[in-house]
Amino acid sequence: MLDDFFIRAIVAGAGVALVTGPLGCFIVWRRLAYFGDTLSHAALLGVAIAFLLQIDVMLAVFSVSVVVAVALLFLQRRAGLSADALLGLLSHSALALGLVALAFMTWVRIDLMGLLFGDILAVSKSDIAIIYAGGAFVLAVLAMIWNSLFAATVNPELAEAEGMKPDRANFIFMLLLAVVVAIAMKIVGVLLITALLIIPAATARRFAGGPELMALFASLAGVLAVVGGLFGSLQWDTPSGPTIVVAALILFLVSLLPVAALAGAGGKAGASGKEGRTP
Amino acid sequence: MLQSPQSLVRLEQAGVLRAGRWLVRDVDLDVQRGEIVTLIGPNGSGKSTTARMALGIVAPSEGTAKRAVNLRVGYVPQKVAVDWTLPLTVDRFMTLTNPLSRAQKEAALQSTGIAHMAKAEVRNLSGGEFQRALLARAIARKPDLLVLDEPVQGVDFSGEIALYELIARIRDDMHCGILLISHDLHVVMAATDRVICLNGHVCCHGTPQAVAESAEYKQLFGARGAAQLAVYRHHHDHTHLPDGRVRHADGTVTGHCHPDDGHHHEHDHHHDGENEKGDTRNAR
Repeated sequence: MLDDFFIRAIVAGAGVALVTGPLGCFIVWRRLAYFGDTLSHAALLGVAIAFLLQIDVMLAVFSVSVVVAVALLFLQRRAGLSADALLGLLSHSALALGLVALAFMTWVRIDLMGLLFGDILAVSKSDIAIIYAGGAFVLAVLAMIWNSLFAATVNPELAEAEGMKPDRANFIFMLLLAVVVAIAMKIVGVLLITALLIIPAATARRFAGGPELMALFASLAGVLAVVGGLFGSLQWDTPSGPTIVVAALILFLVSLLPVAALAGAGGKAGASGKEGRTP
Repeated sequence: MLQSPQSLVRLEQAGVLRAGRWLVRDVDLDVQRGEIVTLIGPNGSGKSTTARMALGIVAPSEGTAKRAVNLRVGYVPQKVAVDWTLPLTVDRFMTLTNPLSRAQKEAALQSTGIAHMAKAEVRNLSGGEFQRALLARAIARKPDLLVLDEPVQGVDFSGEIALYELIARIRDDMHCGILLISHDLHVVMAATDRVICLNGHVCCHGTPQAVAESAEYKQLFGARGAAQLAVYRHHHDHTHLPDGRVRHADGTVTGHCHPDDGHHHEHDHHHDGENEKGDTRNAR
């Protein structure tokens, strides 16, 4: 079954989406969208370092992401800059450094478009193995820290006072994000990873009655976007990474329709477009 | 280790320095099992900072903060902002830091009077309802130490009395220590075991009885006619400078407060910035 490149792409993309859903919920709740961007931009620097030192690309991307996350924590305490200014500084510096470093290595010929936008149609069986092993690990760790991370999201001081160790949970969460960026880079590319984190979570918000349900719905929305996007790219011969993001966006827009809210309540969804708007 | 076996939390000469300014300094505070300690003082006097030192959220820059081993804390922070992107019902909020049975959740929500709101989203609650949810969540944990930072803000007047009665009852039933922060003493007075008045440092402290025996207090106490409605205000005659020194009413500046510094407990003085609220209370 996995011999067909298209099936492999769907399986790999769904694996990534299952993991980005719950993590993306925390990104949305904690307003960390720009942080996700920063990590993924730093990934390009990781690629350059991997070529320079002849080490595994995923390992290098993960390491650089961790360094950037720690640098952010450190700078937030020391420098007198706001978090968003620091993130912008780190994000684009890392991206620019990566591009410059790659340009210097004239002996390296790499597919820059593939890095920026991903190449999901080129995933191998071993890539799938890494995605599912890594994804299962990330989800298992997330389940372990879920309660303290969630308590820290609602109110860090309350979590700290009642013994939930929010700092530890926050740090582990950053490591998990770094893992996901390293894994997902090949699928959607560094420029679109954040989209897969945020858009499914935003889509799920409308339907979820609780945080755990929202995480589950975000995973499902992500898988739907991957499947829809891949079929779309096959149909219209469009680049697969961006098409997946477009599919996610369409799902989000559908979730905004009043019909969608009524469907959850079991009403006559089809005929109630206008009724949905009246309170 | 703490010296007293019943002592839940103890601050000794504790202070917090931020950006060259002492938020609060020289605080001695001790909360024992089964007692209610009330912190009062004007805005910016270091009440919340003191509570956060006691909770271990903020480490003291000088002095010590010690907590009993395996201390179970219930905390009601002064401000909790729940992001609108977060789908959080009151029911889920109750189990934020520990699991609870359905019966435990219901009992706690019942006691604060919002059992009917269990399915409501937290961000849709009114200010008073949210305070009740915060309090319900904190007491459902069955804590050894309950720290309440202005727990009745936004609660209507009759609800306020009911919640203060509930807090006193919690102390009796659960035999926990309670550190209560209030910007004035008005209603808490009757249930409080000890009062600590802060204004950048500990200005005065003692049992409410000791305070109540002062002539000014008796006058007010009698006038109000009910222990639950005791009104207590006081006025500081010295100000604390950013460098920790103290400027007195006569213009002199010293390193510390004088023993005879005034904290007049008078009905004709107001807290700075709290006149409006004080007047409203009188009008009732």
